[in-house]
This record gives sequence, structure tokens and C-alpha cells, in this order.
Amino acid sequence: MSKTGSIITNVGYLDALARQDSPIHQLDPRAKLLTTLAFIVMVVSFDKYQISAMFPFAIFPIVLIVLGNLPAGYLMKRVLWVTPFAVLVGIFNPFLDRQVLLHIGSVEISGGWVSFASILMRSLLTVLAAFVLVATTGFNTICLALEKIGVPNIFVMQLLFLYRYAFVLAEESGRMVRAWQLRAPLQKAIGIQSFSILLGSLFLRTTSRAQRIYQAMCCRGFEGRLHPAKQLHWTMANTIFLTGFCLLFTVFRFTNPALLLGKLITEIFS
Amino acid sequence: MHMADALISPAVGGAFWAASAGLIGYSCKKIKSELSDSKVPLMGVVGAFVFSAQMINFTIPGTGSSGHLGGGMILAILLGPWAGFIVMASILTVQALFFADGGILALGCNIFNMGFWTCFVMYPLVYKKIVRQHHSSQSKLFWGSMIAAVVGLQLGAFNVVLQTVLSGISELPFAGFLAAMQPIHLGIGIVEGFITAGVVAFVVKAQPQLLEITIPQADKSPVSIKLVAASLLIAAVITGGALSWFASGHPDGLEWSMFKTSGAEELDTPDNAVYDKSSGLQEMTAFLPDYGFKESEVAVAAEETAESWPAVSVGTTVSGLVGGLLTLALAFGIGFLLKFKRKIPSPAVS
Repeated sequence: MSKTGSIITNVGYLDALARQDSPIHQLDPRAKLLTTLAFIVMVVSFDKYQISAMFPFAIFPIVLIVLGNLPAGYLMKRVLWVTPFAVLVGIFNPFLDRQVLLHIGSVEISGGWVSFASILMRSLLTVLAAFVLVATTGFNTICLALEKIGVPNIFVMQLLFLYRYAFVLAEESGRMVRAWQLRAPLQKAIGIQSFSILLGSLFLRTTSRAQRIYQAMCCRGFEGRLHPAKQLHWTMANTIFLTGFCLLFTVFRFTNPALLLGKLITEIFS
Repeated sequence: MHMADALISPAVGGAFWAASAGLIGYSCKKIKSELSDSKVPLMGVVGAFVFSAQMINFTIPGTGSSGHLGGGMILAILLGPWAGFIVMASILTVQALFFADGGILALGCNIFNMGFWTCFVMYPLVYKKIVRQHHSSQSKLFWGSMIAAVVGLQLGAFNVVLQTVLSGISELPFAGFLAAMQPIHLGIGIVEGFITAGVVAFVVKAQPQLLEITIPQADKSPVSIKLVAASLLIAAVITGGALSWFASGHPDGLEWSMFKTSGAEELDTPDNAVYDKSSGLQEMTAFLPDYGFKESEVAVAAEETAESWPAVSVGTTVSGLVGGLLTLALAFGIGFLLKFKRKIPSPAVS
């Protein structure tokens, strides 16, 4: 179960990063959530041949990684792990869109390659932004922000429970798979029939665990709502963070500073 | 099966966010009105159950490759449609945040693709029609689960194709992508169907009374066909509305983005004040409907772009790349400067 192990390690590590104390970690989760959302929408809203205008957007994750004291190498590794899916769908563009879009020397570059590069760029920026959000905020705090923003209480509780018990049940299923491995020494993976039975009994264990949890919760005075231990405080810094970055994104989105800078440089040198 | 942020347009992402958010809100209301508090931990822990089940690989007979579980249909059958949908949505949210399986903007699409069809279409219209009671015969249980899982996944895969093509970021043609996606997901769906049927049969056999507890009033408030039709209609209207809103005024319809690019970056822009102004205006209005602006100006700009479209200036493109790399270097520079000031090591991987 090395795969399960590594998944749990990764989730746990993102949470460990979120427990740090930095200027970014101290920000209100709502500010970070909304800014990240604005960032993703802005990046994704570019047309499919746009590349240069996305470069300036890298400033947002970079600043958060540095000020939030996050390990850049680890995050990049995680981002690269996710990239294959974008590559898989995007790699068809060069074959389908052969219209030559630009010449560099004698090399002709088709629109498909340009849009493929654009897809990779989008993937990189959006995935990185999501990881940075979790690594500077933590899941429980994100849930708190969701509730304050107006997400139904039942859904927020669902997220909290899922997250809390994912670890517990992953260990439980890990034990069941180990037991299966000991009884099936030469097989690589479980067959469908035994897998269904294994899942079925895991489900039964799950429901009886849920019953015990509910009883324990009732003993502690549960009445249909979870009360957060942490309270949110919206300070001036949050307003500055949110409006500042959103303004910056808007400027980046509509002026393409990268192109302007490039023009300036190439004009100086030519 | 997960849509990624990199492949969708804000219009498509936003429309499905709205649709999924509406469905989550409605499901929460339903659960609140019909159930006791005890369902709360049950749903949460069952979500964790599917989550950890997805981590276990199993072999697919005859192929030697391994797959893992989707879970939408199992949840609908074991928890009922409302709770099943919420649990599926929560699983996808955690996947989006921690594994970047699908993106934050694409989350609405993913919840809709994997939750809506299984919980609100296949469960009431197929599974419930075949399996009237949980203690139905084994073969009914099997075929109900199998058909529901297979068709549910097909509809989800069809949605993925639709969303990808409507977004227009990928060049994949509708028919070609469809021809690839549906057969692949037919195979995955059959495997999913076997597992769904196997798990349900096991649970029913081992603890027949359990499903009566988890779905206490399932028959009292069945999902009405009206609701299904209404939510589909709303999604269609929102998508159509949002897309036409984006596309309106641009001659190329969905290709509005391409047109805009050619005006913005890749084209040889003449050093002409009027052109600059109109293309500037074009930039500004890309997010707005054109109704408020002079048609002729937009049309002229469109014509100009269309004509000079293949003729791309090397100069502009090179400066775009140079500028892009420079800004990236600048961004890293700022990063290093900030890093220089703060010298606290990040926690180590445990």
C-alpha cells in the first residue's frame, strides 16, 4: 500500500505546511479563497493562443510561496505530477491545428503548438494556485471560510467529516488490503469479485463506526451544527491583499505588460 | 474523467458552478427537512469510505491493467440521491484541493458530471424502476446497478466532451473526442457496474435492514422527473446564455477568443492610432456584450483581423516571448528578494 501511504503523507504534509505562521497564513481564509478564485478565472479567461500575457500572473503564487514560507521544489513536483492530464488532452492540438502562426528563423510554428503551450501554462498556474491556497490555509480553515461565505452548513460539515475520517478509513482499508495480500501472495492486485466483497465489508464497518461517532457526538451535546474553535477577523490587511491582487490581475489581464516590456527591450536592441 | 481548469473557459466553468451550487443547496435543504442529525456523521464517514476505496487498485479481468472506483452510483444507492450527491460533491472538492484532480473552477463541471447523472437521473429513473425494494432478487439488483452505472458514466463522459468542446481551448473536434471517450468509458462503466452491484449485493445480504436506516424515507420523497428536467433546463439555459453572452458580437461565434488573440498579440498591428484605439476597445469589451457599442467599429476591426490573420509578425511574437520571460524573471527576482528577508526553513516532508 505504498500508494495509499504516499497519498496520506502528501495530504498530511500540505496540512503541516498550513500550520505554519507567516503573514500569508495570518490572512483571513476568505481573502485567500476569493483572490485565488479571481486568479484562476483571470488566467483561464485568456484566449487559446495567449502565452506571453500569462507570465506576469506567476507573481501571485511566487509571492505567496515565498512569504508563506512554502517549499517551492516540493510544490513544483506535485504540480508536475498533475500535468499529464492536461498534456493528454492538449497534445492533440498540434495535430489538429496546423495553421502556421509564426516563423522563427526558418522554423514554422503552428497554432496548435502555441495553444498546447498555452494549455500547459494554464495548468501550471491554476494547479499551483490551488496547492498554494491549501498549503497556506489548511482544509479546516477553508471550510470555515466556506461557511462564512454562505455555503450550506450541511455541506461544510460533510467536508469536515470526510477530511477527518479519510485518514482513519484509509488506514482501515490499508489493513484490509494487507490482510488480503497475506492470503494471496502471488497476486498483484485484487480481482473484481474479492474487491466488491472487501468494499462491502468496509462499508459495514464504516456504518457501524458512524453510529459510534454519532453517539459520541450526542454525548458531547451535538445538535446538528459544528461550532468552529477559531473565529475569523477581517482586518485591513485582508482588504489590501484582496483588492490589491485583484487590481493587479485586472491590469495584467487587459494590458499585457509582458508584451510591452518585450517591445521596449527589442526596440532598444534593434 | 476529471475536467481540468486548463481546458475550460470561464463561461462553461461558471455555468456549471452555478448548476452544481444550486443542486448542493437544494439537496442540503432536502436532507435537513427529512432526516435526523444521525445522517450527518454517516454521510461524512461514507464519503471517507469511497475516498479510501478509490485508493485501492483492483485488476480488470482480461486486461491485466488496474483501475479504481468512481463511486457516484454506489453512493446514490447506499445513501439515497440527496445525500449521495452531497457526498460525491465533497469528495470531488477534496480531490480538487489536495490532488488538483480537476481544478477549482472546473469543480462545478466535475460535480455535475459525476454526481448529477448518477444521483438524479440514473438512480430514480433506472435503478429505482428495476430494483423496487432493496430485498429484490439478485439479478434485478445486479442489472439495476449495472445499467445505472454504465449509462450514468456514459452521460458523464458525454458531458466532459461537451464542456471541452464548448470551452474551445482544446482543438479536439466534437465527433472525434466523443468517439474516443464513450467506448473508453463503456469499459470503465462495466467494471464500475460490477463493483457497484457486488457491493450492494453484499451489503443487502449481510445487513438487509441497513439500507432502510440509511435511506429512511426514500420512497416518501422520490426525485421527481420534474426536478431533473428543471435542473437540466437551468443548466442548459445558463450555459447557453453565458456562452452567447461571451460570443455575441464576435463574428466567429465560439471562436471569439481566437479573434481576440489575433487582435491582441500575434498580429502585425499597424502603427495606426485609430486601429490601436479600436483594438483597445476590443480588448475592453471582450467581456461585455457588444450591444452598447458601435457595430461598425467592431465589424471593421473584425475584418481587419480576419484578413491579416495568417500574416503574423515575427517582431511582435518575439517581443511577446522576450517580454514574457523577462516578467517571469522579474517575478522570480521579487521572490528571491522577499526570500532574502525571511530565512525560516519550510517544514520537512514527514
